[in-house]
Amino acid sequence: MPLTDLANPHRFMQLARVGVPAFAMIAAILIALGLYLGFRAPADSLQGNAARIMYIHVPSAWLALGIYTLMAITALGTLVWRHPLADVAGKAAAPIGAAFCLMCLLTGMLWGRPSWGAYWVWDARLTSVLVLFLLYLGVLALWWATDDPLRAGRAAAILTLVGFINVPIVKFSVDWWNTLHQPASVFRLDGPTIHPDILTPLLVSATGFAALFVALLLAAMRNEILRRRVQTLTLLAAVKGG
Amino acid sequence: MREALHAIFARDLKLALRAGGGAGIGVMFFLAVVVITPFAIGPDIKLLARVGAAELWIGALLASLLGLDRIFAVDQEDGSLDLLLMAPMPLTLIAAAKATAHWCATGLPLVIAAPLLGLLLGLEPAALGAVALTLLVGTPALTFLGLVGASLSVMLPRAGMLVAVLVLPLAIPVLIFGVAATEAASRGELFSAPFRLLLALSLFFLVLGPIAAAAALRHARD
Repeated sequence: MPLTDLANPHRFMQLARVGVPAFAMIAAILIALGLYLGFRAPADSLQGNAARIMYIHVPSAWLALGIYTLMAITALGTLVWRHPLADVAGKAAAPIGAAFCLMCLLTGMLWGRPSWGAYWVWDARLTSVLVLFLLYLGVLALWWATDDPLRAGRAAAILTLVGFINVPIVKFSVDWWNTLHQPASVFRLDGPTIHPDILTPLLVSATGFAALFVALLLAAMRNEILRRRVQTLTLLAAVKGG
Repeated sequence: MREALHAIFARDLKLALRAGGGAGIGVMFFLAVVVITPFAIGPDIKLLARVGAAELWIGALLASLLGLDRIFAVDQEDGSLDLLLMAPMPLTLIAAAKATAHWCATGLPLVIAAPLLGLLLGLEPAALGAVALTLLVGTPALTFLGLVGASLSVMLPRAGMLVAVLVLPLAIPVLIFGVAATEAASRGELFSAPFRLLLALSLFFLVLGPIAAAAALRHARD
C-alpha cells in the first residue's frame, strides 16, 4: 500500500481499527515471552540477578531513540510534504517517546545503584539521554502552548528537527567519550558481542515493546483525529447555532 | 541587497540600544547572577575562583536567553515583520542580519562585562582573558541557536517563557565546550580541542539558526 493511501484519515481509521488490537496482542505475547525467557536466562556472573532489568531498560532506550527519529521523519513530513497525518503522528508519538525515555532513565537508575554504587553519575550517555528527555518535554510543551494544531505542529516539527542533533550524540556517546556506561554490544558492525542466551530474550522483549509502541501510537493517532473532528464539528455547530 | 541587510542590522541595533528595556538588561541580569553566587556558596574566594569561570558561563548563557523573544516579537507587534517577509531577498539572510544585530547589542556587552565580573569572583588574570575570549567565540552560538526559539515564539504568541526552556537543552554542548575551553586557555593552551569544538559549534549554529528561523517564520504566516 503506498504512503499516499495513508494520507486519507478515513483509510487510516479503518487500518487503526484492525491494527490496535493486533499489535496490542503481539505486544502482550512477546513481552510476556521475553520477560519469561529473561528470567530463564543465566544470571550475570558479576551483577547476578540485577542485570535482568536489562530486558526492560535496553528496549526502552532503543525505543526512546527510535521514536525521536520517527518524530524527526514526521517533522519532515509536516514541513516538506505537508502530509496530513504527519503532524498527527508526531503529536501522538511525543508523549509515548517521553514515557519510554523516562522508563529508560528510571530503570537505569535502579540498575546503577547496585552495579555502580550510585543512582546517577554525570556520564556522557546518561547526560545525553537526560537531554533527550528534556527535548521530548520541550516538544510536548510546544504542543500544549496553543490550541491551533496546525501552528503547533509546525513549531513542534522545527524544534524536533533542530533537536535531532542530540540523537547521534546519544548513540555514539559511549564511543566518543570514555564512559561508565558499557559500549554498544548488539548493533555493531562486527556482530553482537552478547551471548545468544541473553540476546534472544532481549530481542524478543524489544520486539514486544516495539509492537506496544505501534499499538499505542495507532490508538493515540486515532484519538487525535477524532479530537480534531469533534473540535471542527463543535465549531460548526456553534456557527449554525449563533 | 547588501545595503538592505546593512539597514536591517543598523535598525535593529539602534532599536536594541536606544529603546528601553533592551540591551542593558542582559548585563544587569548577568551582574545579578554573579552577585548572588557568593551568597549561595559562601564568600570563600578560593572556591569562588575555582568555579568562577563556569559561573560566568552560566550567567552569560542565562542572560543571553533573556531577550530572545524580542528579536521578532517587536517586529510582529508593529507589522514590520510582514514587510520583511515580503521583501525580495532571502529570509535566511534577514534572520541572520537580525541575529547579528541582537548579538552586538546583547552578546557583546556580556563578553566585555565578563572580565570585570570575574574580578569579583577572584579569577586569575589569565582566566579573565580566557573567559572573555571563549565567550566571544561562544556567545554567537547561543544567539543563533536562540534565533530558532525566537522564531517559534512568533508562531505561538503565548510561548514567551517557553523559548528559554526549549533553547536551554540545546545549549548544553556550547556550555560544556565553553567551560572546558576556558579552563584549557587559562592553563595557556589557547587553541585546545574544546576551543576548536566551540568555534565549530558557533559556525554550525550560524548556518542552522537562520535556516530554521526562516522556515519557522514562513510557516507562521501561511
